[in-house]
Amino acid sequence: MMTLDQIIRCLPYSEPFLFVDELIQLDESSAEGTYVFKEDSSFYKGHFKDLPVTPGVILTECCAQIGLVCLGIYLLQKQIRANEDKIPQIAMSSSEMEFYLPVFPNDKVRVVSEKVYFRFGKLKCRVKLFNSDGELVCKGIVAGMFKQKNDEN
Amino acid sequence: MQEERYQKLKDIVQTYLPDDVAVEAIQPESNFTQELNINSANLVDIVLDVEDAFDIMLENEDMDGMQTVKDALKIIDLKIAAK
Repeated sequence: MMTLDQIIRCLPYSEPFLFVDELIQLDESSAEGTYVFKEDSSFYKGHFKDLPVTPGVILTECCAQIGLVCLGIYLLQKQIRANEDKIPQIAMSSSEMEFYLPVFPNDKVRVVSEKVYFRFGKLKCRVKLFNSDGELVCKGIVAGMFKQKNDEN
Repeated sequence: MQEERYQKLKDIVQTYLPDDVAVEAIQPESNFTQELNINSANLVDIVLDVEDAFDIMLENEDMDGMQTVKDALKIIDLKIAAK
């Protein structure tokens, strides 16, 4: 079994586009993790000009990295091990989100994800993101494709 | 029977067609990804809908062999016959 830290190290992202600090729990059907939005992130310079607010696309990305990609790596860990620790190619295929509250710089958010299904390489999850006060910031459904690189097609 | 299955499959495929592909483009020989421009994620949705509509289960190998509408029909026929 991979540890939670090993799963984070497996992620195909790095600064400035890694939006996972810590994984709290992972199992066959769910994932939970946190991230603190650093105030020096470049997008705060332009979103908005005089009022730094975390863009919805970045919140969606945070939901997808914790809820979809970390869960997918967990579910595929046997295949990843068997494939010399090469992680699969990953692509987001759809997202449908609703937003309720703004997230300001330095807020620590928590993402909770529940698997809807994982079949034929497609993982679909229901995700929710909460702010540091425990209030629901956004929720929705995200899906992505996981493809092993040694696949022929 | 065959015609009925084909129609049912066509109805499923139709919901996943991109805007720039006409319904008339769905023909037995149509390739899902090359000709109908259906992406791999939506192809999974088609398979899941097919499973529900025909009350069958498909395996990874079936998915690999599902290039065209005709391929899908053949797999559906086989699965129904094996029930």
